[in-house]
Amino acid sequence: MSIWQMFSFPFMQRALIAGVLVSLCAALLGVSLVLKRYSMIGDGLSHVSFGALAIAVALGVTPLWFSIPVVTVAAFLLLRVADNPRWNSDAAIAAMSASSLAIGILVISRTTGMTTDVDNYMFGSVLAMSRADVLLSAALCAAVLVLFVVFYHKLFAVTFDESFSRATGVKVNRYNSLLAVLTALTIVLGMRMMGAMLISSLVIFPALTAMRLLRSFRGVVVCAAAVSVTCFCAGLTVSFACSTPVGATVVAANLAVFLLSCCAGLLRRGGRA
Amino acid sequence: MTELITCRDVSLGYEGQSVLEHLDLTIHAGDYLCIVGDNGSGKSTLLRGLLGLLSPLSGTIERAAELQNGAVGYLPQQTKAQRDFPATVMEVVLSGCLNRKGLRIFYSAAEKSAALMNLGKLGILELKDKSYRDLSGGQQQRVLLARALCAADRLLILDEPITGLDPAAAQDLYKTLAYLNEKEGMAIVMVTHDLKAALRSARTVLHIGHRGTFLGSVEDYLASPQGRRFKEEDV
Repeated sequence: MSIWQMFSFPFMQRALIAGVLVSLCAALLGVSLVLKRYSMIGDGLSHVSFGALAIAVALGVTPLWFSIPVVTVAAFLLLRVADNPRWNSDAAIAAMSASSLAIGILVISRTTGMTTDVDNYMFGSVLAMSRADVLLSAALCAAVLVLFVVFYHKLFAVTFDESFSRATGVKVNRYNSLLAVLTALTIVLGMRMMGAMLISSLVIFPALTAMRLLRSFRGVVVCAAAVSVTCFCAGLTVSFACSTPVGATVVAANLAVFLLSCCAGLLRRGGRA
Repeated sequence: MTELITCRDVSLGYEGQSVLEHLDLTIHAGDYLCIVGDNGSGKSTLLRGLLGLLSPLSGTIERAAELQNGAVGYLPQQTKAQRDFPATVMEVVLSGCLNRKGLRIFYSAAEKSAALMNLGKLGILELKDKSYRDLSGGQQQRVLLARALCAADRLLILDEPITGLDPAAAQDLYKTLAYLNEKEGMAIVMVTHDLKAALRSARTVLHIGHRGTFLGSVEDYLASPQGRRFKEEDV
């Protein structure tokens, strides 16, 4: 079956559009998160979004309208925890992740039972994206892109050096909150296709790959976005051709590119020395 | 002489618990002040107060109009995450101009030339397209100093600037600071552990200790009970 036939299916078109947009947002936000050492927040949020999704289904409300506020609140909470020197932040995030997962599983087992739905939430499904999701993804992506461009220099300053930015009058907490909210939205939108357990790699991998290859912040941002979108398209195509789960395939594609970039980085360093 | 920052009977601390009490301190244009003291005596707390990041529990900290809107050249301690940050030197230095930029999206030509000028002043113009993470500790410190110069032209506040530098790089940094102070009229406030070297260029010393504070000239400090031990070591 050719690639053109593959995208003649409406569900594949939706998956492609929404996936590309979510990957783009995830990569842009991911650069800041990874450099600020906030990678664990992305991971924690994906677990919280699993719990929220389970509860939403049990209550019979639209998953997105329930998950988005819950995960946004969790994002603020995790940010507070990560910035508070008196908290053991990685322990707190790990505890929160496990608790949300447990709550989600408890809710599911008391209501629908452990069916294939659970599997879909955890590891994603290419069929998950509805028309509404595609529209929401497009809106989110536009918002992330506009905010990212408008606040690019401020985000750079806050990512590079919070103390200096604070001293020169940048409202650091505001930008951190913005970052957390946008990350929460991205994760909620992407998790049903990518899977709650796998979505955080969409945030982390492209940034890591780009950091291996490039030396300027702008270069890293652009490269991360390109890597993320390319890996998603490749992953989606392979998953369709080989009937593998889409989330895992996209992560595998990201891993492969990351390993290649490690080799490239080593070769270049070896060449210079 | 113009007063840049005036602290009157200031107490600083966290959550109602004061770390530093009843401090009077005036920083004039062109001053070179070294803040020394034992660990946990409140040096960093005082810096946060001077930078306006911490409001005093009591007393007042007045800032000259030209220091409003974050026009303070601050050189914070480097974090571990920063050392391998993927950014060019120019990107880092330009971020010092942010406080003047307002809501414009791009940096203006004037800001770019200010950044280049400050790089030149610190003798690192040729590094401008290098990646920050490929630089040595001394070069990184210079880049951060150039960024601080972009933010302010009257006052530099430095927090343990020579941490992690080798002796030669530290020596260079002190020379640069002395140059900025004498030739450019930049007031310098520095927290440091490296007393002996710092006292060679500083003019005023503030010693914060658990047994009271000392504020005065370097000569008076070396004669005072807190400072005497450094003089003896010197001989």
